[in-house]
Amino acid sequence: MKVLAAMSGGVDSAVAAARAVEAGHDVTGVHLALSKNPQAYRSGARGCCSKEDAHDARRAADVLGIPFYVWDLSDRFAADVVSDFVAEYAAGRTPNPCVRCNEKIKFSAVLDRGVALGFDAVCTGHYARLTRTGNDVELHRAFDAAKDQSYVLGVLNADQLRRSYFPLGSSLKADVRAEARDRGLAVANKPDSHDICFIANGDTAGFLESQLGRRAGDIVDLAGTKVGEHAGSHRFTVGQRRGLRLGTPAADGEPRFVVAITPTTNTITVGPRDALAVKIINAIRPTWTAGPLSAEWSGQVQVRAHGQPMNASVQLQDEHLEIQLDSAPTGVAPGQAVVLYAGSRVVGSATISATRA
Amino acid sequence: MSRIYLDHAATTPMVPEAVEAMARELTRVGNSSSLHASGRSSRRVVEESREAIAALVGAHPAELIFTSGGTESDNLAVKGAFWSGTEIGRDRVITSTIEHHAVLDSVAWLGHLAAAEVSYVPVDAAGQLDLAALANAVDARSSVVSVMWANNEVGTVQPIPQVAATAAEHGAISHSDAVQAVGHIEVDFAASGLDLLSFTAHKLGGPYGIGALIARRDLRLTPVLHGGGQERDIRSGTLNVAAAAGFAAALQVAGGKRMEEERRLRQLRRELLGSVLAAVPWAIPYGPAAEEDRLPGTLSIGFPGCSADAILMLLDSAGIDCSTGAACSAGVSQPSHVLLAMGYSEIEARSALRFSLGHTSTPSDVRALAAALPEAVQRAKAAAAFA
Repeated sequence: MKVLAAMSGGVDSAVAAARAVEAGHDVTGVHLALSKNPQAYRSGARGCCSKEDAHDARRAADVLGIPFYVWDLSDRFAADVVSDFVAEYAAGRTPNPCVRCNEKIKFSAVLDRGVALGFDAVCTGHYARLTRTGNDVELHRAFDAAKDQSYVLGVLNADQLRRSYFPLGSSLKADVRAEARDRGLAVANKPDSHDICFIANGDTAGFLESQLGRRAGDIVDLAGTKVGEHAGSHRFTVGQRRGLRLGTPAADGEPRFVVAITPTTNTITVGPRDALAVKIINAIRPTWTAGPLSAEWSGQVQVRAHGQPMNASVQLQDEHLEIQLDSAPTGVAPGQAVVLYAGSRVVGSATISATRA
Repeated sequence: MSRIYLDHAATTPMVPEAVEAMARELTRVGNSSSLHASGRSSRRVVEESREAIAALVGAHPAELIFTSGGTESDNLAVKGAFWSGTEIGRDRVITSTIEHHAVLDSVAWLGHLAAAEVSYVPVDAAGQLDLAALANAVDARSSVVSVMWANNEVGTVQPIPQVAATAAEHGAISHSDAVQAVGHIEVDFAASGLDLLSFTAHKLGGPYGIGALIARRDLRLTPVLHGGGQERDIRSGTLNVAAAAGFAAALQVAGGKRMEEERRLRQLRRELLGSVLAAVPWAIPYGPAAEEDRLPGTLSIGFPGCSADAILMLLDSAGIDCSTGAACSAGVSQPSHVLLAMGYSEIEARSALRFSLGHTSTPSDVRALAAALPEAVQRAKAAAAFA
């Protein structure tokens, strides 16, 4: 098939492209220019898609002997991912931009353009497995559990999955690096990028402040009593303990955590650890990898990119999920994705709108 | 599978005579600046190359300065003339809006970092320089006036003798980037009235890595490269003997058949346009209509409703090499500043492809393009809905 290999300049996407070539596909590499102001070089593990990354991707494509282009999606990325990121924080939620990027850019804008240009699939270096039976495709966790990225891919629907290709799903990361070396790909030793690709220096709070301004507000306890002040609600996420700088300790001497963020009053509510315990999660805007769930379902859910899966039963009504957890995890943040699993298979994904004890 | 190469304006295959000339010289040892016999043997090659090249562009050999290529020649001309000009109270630089970046960016840099006052003279919808605006812009404080002989994207040929005359009226130095012109149309330095002329070997069948700046001997040019004092102290650096020999051989070949090749390529370009329009009737050629106003083999065509990047990618995949506007250093394609300067919108500029013919181009290249275009354009149109 004609495969469009998204190449970030990192080792995973380079090896994924290499495997696609080796599998006999007609592969074209594409680097996505997503930043409006790309840095000249990648400084260590921060950020992604600097000019140096574009060069590294091009070099890998040259070594593989495949055509390579750079697609400028910076306008769409700014509108669909960055603006959404800022807006979610302003609304007191904790977004996951990688999920949004997969949903709106990598497997949407890129895929749609690719299909129109005659490609059959988009290939990436994501660690996840796809199994195919006839026309049906299932998305499963990767073999390398520590690197599993099925969580951020859970937002893809059946059409998108049918046109996806994840060559690294059955591999260990360590083996992928070794393979890069064996294939003569210079990126074998390049560090992985962490954090958010469009915040190159890792200072999310600073970035948000530059977008939202500094809006000082109150920190209150569960009774509503003011116990401190904050410099901007976007600096906090539910479950957070650091950075509260509360002058007086709690009456019981125990640490306090962010329990809720209320942007309308610009208030952060703090409480003891057990106030963070969540039994019910409400989620909206579901997407399904196959069809929608039956109205009542039980399986496992995951609420963070590298979180533990938890047993739960889920009720679906219209486009709204009520998820009842068997356990009582702490620090479940509205805005994050909740991904539903049946064993290793991803069933679907939704956005956490509210939580209850 | 051999490619259908329609990007001769970017570079063109080396002619066999140039390859042979270089190969012969590669094993010679001797720095052409050295006093001994080995040095003299290299210097002889350099000087014979210099004489041959200068003669073919209507210049005196002593006027020819070897450089590393067109970009260096342009930088040396613009910066060298400006810096000398500041010594006599001339701090203004005039250029056109459609120059190659080697001129444009050099001029802009002088504006930012050397306190130059910069004017960009506009062009019309065919890419022709506005001579009245030029005359307005040049005055007694102008150090250098730089206007390209022929444009690399749309092929427009400029009224260079008038540019030179206007500059001379005010005592300003005139420069022309003739990278696209030398070897393809008639270029006579002496007849032009210019003070400075740049060109490069790899655009006319010679090797990469060598070019020339023709500079009147009485001109004061501040060097960009300082060092051993080669090229009359204007451009230091050990000379690339083999490349000089290749340069001379290539220009001799080009010069020897220029008129018939020019005729042949003009005809072939017209056929190219005809075939493209037959395949894609709604395509729009950009640039001047009259033959005498344009280069023989360069053609810019807009495909409304399409992204030229998408067409280029599909043609690339079909074995055809052509080009769009420049890419930035990250590889992201930019709309052509030339088309924007000619008054086209960003969308129109992003829909334009450049096809350029050269000494190896044949009617079958034209046929291959016409055959591949309809599907490429159809897909590009479909893809235009997505980003």
